[in-house]
Amino acid sequence: MTESALAKKQRMSYRIKIEPRLYEPPAWFPATVSIGAILLALILGGILILIAGGNPWASYVHIAQASFGDIGVLSDTIVKATPILLTALACSIAFRMKLWNIGAEGQFIMGAWGASAVVLTPILPPETSRWLFIPVMVIAGMAMGAIWGFIPGYLKAKFNVNEIISTLMLNYIAVSWVNFWVFAVWTEGGFQMSPKFPLTAWLPRLTDYGKIVPLFRGLTTHGGLVLGILAAIALWFIVYRSRWGYEIRLIGDNARAAQYAGISITRNIVFVMMLSGALAGLGGMSEVTGVIHRLQTTPLAAGYGFTGIIVAWLAKLNPIVIILVSILFGALILAGREIQPSGVPKMIQGIILVCLIASDFLLRYRVRLVRADAEE
Amino acid sequence: MEATPSNLIVEMQGIVKRFPGVLASDHVDFELRPGEIHALLGENGAGKSTLMNVLAGLYKQDAGIIKIKGDPVEFSSPRDAINAGIGMVHQHFMLVPSQTVTENILLGLNDPSFFMRLNEYDTKITKLSDQYGLKVDPRAKIWQLSVGEQQRVELLKMLYRGANVLIMDEPTAVLAPQEIEGLFDTLRAMIAQGKSVIFISHKLQEVTAIADRVTVLRRGRVTASGVSTKGVTRQELARLMVGREVVFFVDKKPKEPGEVILDVKNVHAENDKGLPALRGLSLNVRAGEIVGLAGVAGNGQNVLSEVITGMRKCTQGEVILNGDKVNNRDTLFGIQHGMAYVPEDRTHVGSAPNLSVTDNVIMKKYRKPPISKGSLLDMTAATNFAKELKQAYDIIVPTVNTPVRLLSGGNLQRVILAREISGNPNFMVAVQPTRGLDVGAIEGVHRLLLTQREAGAAVLLISEELEELLSLSDRVYVIYEGKIMGEVKVKSAEPDEHLTEEIGLMMTGTPLEQIHKEGAASHD
Repeated sequence: MTESALAKKQRMSYRIKIEPRLYEPPAWFPATVSIGAILLALILGGILILIAGGNPWASYVHIAQASFGDIGVLSDTIVKATPILLTALACSIAFRMKLWNIGAEGQFIMGAWGASAVVLTPILPPETSRWLFIPVMVIAGMAMGAIWGFIPGYLKAKFNVNEIISTLMLNYIAVSWVNFWVFAVWTEGGFQMSPKFPLTAWLPRLTDYGKIVPLFRGLTTHGGLVLGILAAIALWFIVYRSRWGYEIRLIGDNARAAQYAGISITRNIVFVMMLSGALAGLGGMSEVTGVIHRLQTTPLAAGYGFTGIIVAWLAKLNPIVIILVSILFGALILAGREIQPSGVPKMIQGIILVCLIASDFLLRYRVRLVRADAEE
Repeated sequence: MEATPSNLIVEMQGIVKRFPGVLASDHVDFELRPGEIHALLGENGAGKSTLMNVLAGLYKQDAGIIKIKGDPVEFSSPRDAINAGIGMVHQHFMLVPSQTVTENILLGLNDPSFFMRLNEYDTKITKLSDQYGLKVDPRAKIWQLSVGEQQRVELLKMLYRGANVLIMDEPTAVLAPQEIEGLFDTLRAMIAQGKSVIFISHKLQEVTAIADRVTVLRRGRVTASGVSTKGVTRQELARLMVGREVVFFVDKKPKEPGEVILDVKNVHAENDKGLPALRGLSLNVRAGEIVGLAGVAGNGQNVLSEVITGMRKCTQGEVILNGDKVNNRDTLFGIQHGMAYVPEDRTHVGSAPNLSVTDNVIMKKYRKPPISKGSLLDMTAATNFAKELKQAYDIIVPTVNTPVRLLSGGNLQRVILAREISGNPNFMVAVQPTRGLDVGAIEGVHRLLLTQREAGAAVLLISEELEELLSLSDRVYVIYEGKIMGEVKVKSAEPDEHLTEEIGLMMTGTPLEQIHKEGAASHD
């Protein structure tokens, strides 16, 4: 080695070395890293608010109060979280098999359409009991979502059509499809909306029981939350405790190994896309029957399907964690509007996402400071 | 020509390169004289490509010196290497499919700087290609070219950049036989114009056909350094390459084999590139015997294991397992008919790295009780099963919930073997089951294979380790370019010079009948 090279080495006697982790980090480590990443994101977001001329601390306190401050806003947070919860569950099951379903938005809208069709066609007369109406609407919504998932799934399995593109395009078709129906067929007096559903086709809300429990008066939290939590628990069982879930996890981790174990990958692509679509469709059903109470494109296509992608990812695809993360996002959406209609709150969401995804690096790699001359 | 340090174009001294857990180059010396074709011979994983990637500036050596024409150099990027006149043509071409030949050749150069002036450069490229007999249309788009033509573009790229030393990494692997002849002509033309060539290969017949000298690598070490191809026989090279030191003896009890379990009849199949990999291969394995399949890597061994296990379709012929046709069905059929498979690629085929030990061992059992409970899984039963295997097969792992990516190679192989053997298979294919394992782990794997034989299962052992095949097998077939060259019986586990030589000759493409004929002729 030449002298100059040696001198150079001695000057830079420390350097940062990044190496893959050979041992699993302790159990507390991933959670700590995630919390650290969220804190870092909030600090960065605070700087952003500061630059925009606001007071970060006051803004964060305001956000917290506007979303969790009293039972009324908490209920509103949950109403916002419900559609996100279901679309996130939809994305999580597809992502687990490395199927990049970007189409939860479209499947959500088609689910809403399917549920609405039961009322508006009408398949069931308006005086039908709630106990029949709701199950039929659940089935119709899930079926329409499943069809909207089946199309890209089948194309992927049969012709290897990229599901990212096909699901994305199907989103636009779904919006136009609903637009067609609310403009042409189910329009109410020429407006771009259907008539309001009969009360028997509404998901029960807490406020409906206000007469019995005074505390519930004015709370709009609806039965969709129950559907969402049931779906999360069912999905957890499917993924971690069923034969099918085992196949999904195996294909997702290593498709070659799954083939080696005799598992049909193409069949699973179709079924998983259908399940994913059905969950998003259930979300659409819950939104249209629990919140909007009529079919109307604008409040329906609010981007829940896309938020679901983020939430699924942040929750590391774990259905139970998704419940918590979607409530957090419900809060951010609700309280964000208090600060600014768009802009800063969305940016904070984005910063949280980037920090969390980047923090994953620390779980897989170790960062060490080593002496340059201690090269083994 | 006498080799004095001054007339060597490349000198590599004591090159060491480590990757996590592997010593890829262990103090390797290498010399290249001007105007020669120097072959670098070795099995897959012997460290040939690593060594040349160091020379081409892609990797930085951990220790050792490189000298070009006597001057020490330090390359920090392939650009430095090409400036010193060293260009490498990789096994996987680095071309942009939608651009023309000329555009690809000019890619990354400073000149032309803004306007492409393609016509002018097309002429330059045509001149260069005529000079070396590398016929290719400079205006053609890469995707329109055959693999052989694309290889010529890669060569032109290096020549255009002024390379004097051309490193060819397994250049024939992607070529059809006629194209190989064309490549050899090109290489000879380049030598005639004063270039030098390093030819990486694991195919003996090519090495002896094209190279002047050969350096043999085995497990990161040099086993023969710069010997002339004139003074060495193919079987000597084969021995240097695969090694034959007997590390230990295994306790194999004599046993009469039973009826035929696996019968492979005249199978033809293609590899991933669509080239024929198996060409009328037949063999059989009987109950209670281990049958070895010897051969240099890349002669169709992997394709055969995939056809047998149903992971790949064959174009002709059939595979019969216990009287049932198993070829061209899905893998599940084989699994349900008692077939076990220890694949060569443990991490990409044999296991799911991020799933737990439990999830990995139930891969072939989750469909049946006790682990399956209707459409649910009984996780308690699965965990208990994994714990039993951990105990019985000495899998060293903190808990059965640990993801298998954290396991050492030997332990991962034990997980795979435990899973496969616990299914009580009546037939097992094991491909390179001991590759990359340490001596202790190798012994454990060997013992498990012999237990299978004693239990009356039929075992097909595909390996490149000749000593392993000879110490475990009852019979050995030798594969070469997708065909069986012959079959020999192994009478004892003791090393047998004559047998080793016969197998060595078959591994390099001489059919057994021909060996016997020549042997008889020389005795007369």
